[in-house]
Amino acid sequence: MIPERWLNAALTLGLLAVPLWALWADEPFTITLATKVAILALAGVGLNIALGIGGLVSLGHAAFFGVGGYAMGILAHHAQTFQPMIWGLEGTKSMPIIWLTALVSSGLAALAIGALTLRTSGVYFIMITLAFGQMFYYFAISWPAYGGEDGLSIYVRNGFPGLNTLDPIQFFAIAFTALMLALFLHARLKASPFGLALNAARQSPDRVETVGLSPFRLRLLAFVISGAITGLAGALFADLNRFVSPTMFSWQLSGELIVFLLIGGVARLYGPVVGAAVFIFLEHHLGDISEFWQIGLGVLLLLIVLFARGGLIGLVAGEKR
Amino acid sequence: MNPVLETRGITKNFGAVEASRGISLDLRPGEIHALIGPNGAGKSTLIQQIAGKLRPDAGSVHLLGEDVTALGVAERARAGLGRTFQVSALAMEDTVLQNAVLGALGARGGRVPLFRGALHDADLRATAEAALDRVDLLDSADMQTAALSHGQRRQLEVAVALTLKPRAFVMDEPMAGLGAEGSARLTRFLDGLRDEAPILMVEHDMDAVFALADRISVLVYGQLIATGTRDEIRANPDVRAAYLGEDA
Repeated sequence: MIPERWLNAALTLGLLAVPLWALWADEPFTITLATKVAILALAGVGLNIALGIGGLVSLGHAAFFGVGGYAMGILAHHAQTFQPMIWGLEGTKSMPIIWLTALVSSGLAALAIGALTLRTSGVYFIMITLAFGQMFYYFAISWPAYGGEDGLSIYVRNGFPGLNTLDPIQFFAIAFTALMLALFLHARLKASPFGLALNAARQSPDRVETVGLSPFRLRLLAFVISGAITGLAGALFADLNRFVSPTMFSWQLSGELIVFLLIGGVARLYGPVVGAAVFIFLEHHLGDISEFWQIGLGVLLLLIVLFARGGLIGLVAGEKR
Repeated sequence: MNPVLETRGITKNFGAVEASRGISLDLRPGEIHALIGPNGAGKSTLIQQIAGKLRPDAGSVHLLGEDVTALGVAERARAGLGRTFQVSALAMEDTVLQNAVLGALGARGGRVPLFRGALHDADLRATAEAALDRVDLLDSADMQTAALSHGQRRQLEVAVALTLKPRAFVMDEPMAGLGAEGSARLTRFLDGLRDEAPILMVEHDMDAVFALADRISVLVYGQLIATGTRDEIRANPDVRAAYLGEDA
């Protein structure tokens, strides 16, 4: 068994090495794939705070991914068409402002959804979060002002002061930095009193209540932080594709985020990183062979669920988490 | 002496079943008050209403003279009610120390910092370790809770409750599942604990009840049929008929 800390360091270096190699080999598409891994891993890190530490199996996290994506889409759309938004507010092409908007709006969406759904548990929680995700999906489809079913195209990637975001390696650097910050945040939260209490609430809510803490409040805060991080990933994903559409809200995406965690290891710090990397690798390589590449993913998932309950990280670093 | 904990006319029905029928009992400073009764008598339902998990249909619960009937479990815990469960409710994947630190966190009034390491907080650690030391679990602090024996889990439950420095304990069958030795050890410990905070205890182990309890209340079909000292309960004909059996 390799200590998890060493494994995480190796994974960080690996995620850095691939795009640097691609830069050297002049393979810009590989850099874009690595960027996609970093962004989807970021969304997974968000979910991992709710699901991994808090045990909240949300099948509606695409709602936050989509809210972040549309925050970017709407702001950039108004900036590129020079049309003011409501109350005469201008759009913007500035990434920091877009990220802040994505964080706040998806965090508020998580607050509202969490306040209503966290009264339930188990399969009811899964179903009600799914229902909220689908509500957002159908709302986006029927919102003609921002493209409805067709979505919104953003012609030029948004800007970040001092960087050329059109350069794939520089945009990768942005996504990678965001991922590292989110991983750092996850690690700190997990070790904090908040993480200790949230983790205990997953295992024994009665115990947490009898020491005078509210499992509901702990979970709600975790859900908000989780939703905000997934929303930031949505904004970056929209910028990567320069396109937002209702599919960002789809339940399949919520499911894929859970699949990332299962593949990499639920509650493992780098679980979503491994999961997203394996997913994108399979999508790219098996997808070249057959459009039914997800059968391969299904087999892998089955093997992991049956034989490696701690995910791939558990397989290499041991099951203790 | 004013009671530390008191129920006044608590009534609770589940459909046609009357689980609590106007129960009034109190817990006085420095005492151990045992609640006994046959299975299905409504002991656990009463404990849940006292702890705040269930709301009574009528009647009230008072802690340190304050009416806490409208408060939830967490609020009653913050008001000074310590509780242990019939089946150990602990974070089994966590270490023994982490469970005790959780209690120490609660003792701080419910503030849960987001960034400072929980196990690096000297105050939290000191409170947790002091409680573990009292129940002889300090040497096992780094063990995973799931690896503890049943008796040790019972001790840890008490330690977590101790970190809160409660004003009253409510214990649901603390001796359940303990062997003779474990039961004797916990009996000695609880005997010394009563001066710190009085204990209301549901218990089936009659040896422990008669060794510890200053007063005993007997619950049958949701109704309190007697409250008194050990000798009074032993001599009470209703109790003998309903619970201990005529031969007792």
